[in-house]
Amino acid sequence: MIHVQNVSKSFGRVIAIRDVSLTINQGEFFSLLGASGSGKTTLLRMIAGFEAVSSGRIVIDGQPMEDVPPHRRPINMVFQSYAIFPHMNVRDNIAYGLRRLAIPRDRQNAMVDEMLDLIALPGYGDRRATQLSGGQMQRVALARALILKPKVLLLDEPLGALDKQLREQMQLELRSLQQKLGITFVLVTHDQEEALTLSDRIAVMANGAVLQVDTPSALYDNPGNRRIASFIGNMNFFDATIHRTGAAAEIEIEGLGRVFLNGKDAGRRDGTPALVAMRPESFVLFGEKPAPATASVQGTLQARQYLGGRQMLYVDIKGRSAPVAVASNTVRGQDALSIKQGSPVWLTWNHDAMVVLDCE
Amino acid sequence: MANRETFQRPNRLLALYAVAFAIFLYLPILFIPMFSFNAGVYVRFPLEGFTFGWYADLARRQTLHHAFYNSLQVGAVVAIVSTILAVPAAKAISRYRLPGKGPIVGFIMLPLVVPGLIFGVALLSLLNRIGVTLSLVTVAIGHIVICLPFAIATLLPRFEGYNGSMEEASADLGENAWWTFWRVTFPTIRPGVLASLLLTFTISFDEFILAFFLSGTEATLPMYIWSQLRFPQDFPSLLALATLILIFSFVLVFASLRLSGFGQSDKKGGAK
Repeated sequence: MIHVQNVSKSFGRVIAIRDVSLTINQGEFFSLLGASGSGKTTLLRMIAGFEAVSSGRIVIDGQPMEDVPPHRRPINMVFQSYAIFPHMNVRDNIAYGLRRLAIPRDRQNAMVDEMLDLIALPGYGDRRATQLSGGQMQRVALARALILKPKVLLLDEPLGALDKQLREQMQLELRSLQQKLGITFVLVTHDQEEALTLSDRIAVMANGAVLQVDTPSALYDNPGNRRIASFIGNMNFFDATIHRTGAAAEIEIEGLGRVFLNGKDAGRRDGTPALVAMRPESFVLFGEKPAPATASVQGTLQARQYLGGRQMLYVDIKGRSAPVAVASNTVRGQDALSIKQGSPVWLTWNHDAMVVLDCE
Repeated sequence: MANRETFQRPNRLLALYAVAFAIFLYLPILFIPMFSFNAGVYVRFPLEGFTFGWYADLARRQTLHHAFYNSLQVGAVVAIVSTILAVPAAKAISRYRLPGKGPIVGFIMLPLVVPGLIFGVALLSLLNRIGVTLSLVTVAIGHIVICLPFAIATLLPRFEGYNGSMEEASADLGENAWWTFWRVTFPTIRPGVLASLLLTFTISFDEFILAFFLSGTEATLPMYIWSQLRFPQDFPSLLALATLILIFSFVLVFASLRLSGFGQSDKKGGAK
């Protein structure tokens, strides 16, 4: 659907995008995820045609976009600031793009009413645009773009200005809207939770380059490097060293001891340093020493972060300076709240959930 | 508590200053309408009785009507042309990252500080050199140059007060640059455009020095007034005329200030 081929972009001497290639499929909810300055918005604006590519090319629906101005591209965009026209009412805002299509007035009105139903604002047609709340403007901006039945809808941080509750509600609505319409959505966001919730696939960007393109679960479970691992979700990092004895490979993990390596990690060279990443929910925490059959590490509960429905427990273990973050829903044998700070705890961990990364 | 009262107590000195300021500013101007209703020919006290005679006299002066009509024409052309020229200039200044933007803006604003006399002489010698006959057209050209900075300064806040992504949204929704201007840009800056039209018209209508240098045989209203100052018996009529112009100018300037949102900056950016 959209092919970005070796695209670079520089503003004067500043390089905003470095040789990015990616393919966005028909009907996919695709996210560009990155911190500010990572180039995600620049890439989106190049797809929309507001910025020219410095080198490489963008092909949308089989058609190269080099000489196609924004108003001729088969895409529409929802702007971060909504860009609702303040001098028009809601109906005229939504119908804005229809003028050019020479659609009769009553047909236009029917289309707008259909859109107002879709965005759950029926009867709002005659409201002034300036009377709308942020969430309502957001929906009108969506309707204004969707009424033109674009092949691709671009969304530039569309939920950034909304408060948390409204944002979560709009996320669900966006997702169901996309599934209902089957249009390709390309979302730019700095919010990793938002990207994980909404997307079929995510491109993680930093410093103008794409670090990894994958499904949310693949990015979460198998991040390609430390930057991605730390950007998405909570992650514990452990220094580690590889030890080989013949065909078997073991990894010595700071504070946790030695475990066998298998699968793709088994081929690592003897003596090389590595980094082990583990999610807080990959640990199991016991308030009392588990049965001797289970290999465990003893530590001390150092701090507790109460997050409402769940908690994050921070456990000091010997041989490691930073505490290990452990999710409370993995606590076995007793209620997580009943474990006192400073009391001994025992940790075991799921070896399969361990991600071995190269040191950078 | 005591502190608060100190701040809220009326400041006598400041009030006195404000009154003195207003008197200094407007007392001379107030004499004009006062003596325009005075029955005597000479501007002196005591007043010699009330009359509308001088106003009636204005209605009988053909040359005055002609000059008035000339000024209206020049003012209208100057207002329209300088505002049209100022729109793209103000847009470019506010929207694009231009290299050397500061000096360019300074250069555009220069006519604000060049004395009219010097500017008039310069323009006159230039027009003579290239052989242009002096007429109302040359007056209009001179006025456009001095009005442009005012028009740009009036339009700039309008462009800066609104969000450039609205024009991108319009392009994204399929409209080209022409339609984007008329459907999005112009409605947004319309109050600024009206303010600019009123302000530049007023400037041109009142302007004397450039008109004096550049007008050839056709007189504008200020030039007519100047020419009539030689005849003492006509002076009260001029006062009547000046009163009318004063009222007219005040109304226009107030209207343009209201339109350009002067002093109500808190209303800006409602769509952000």
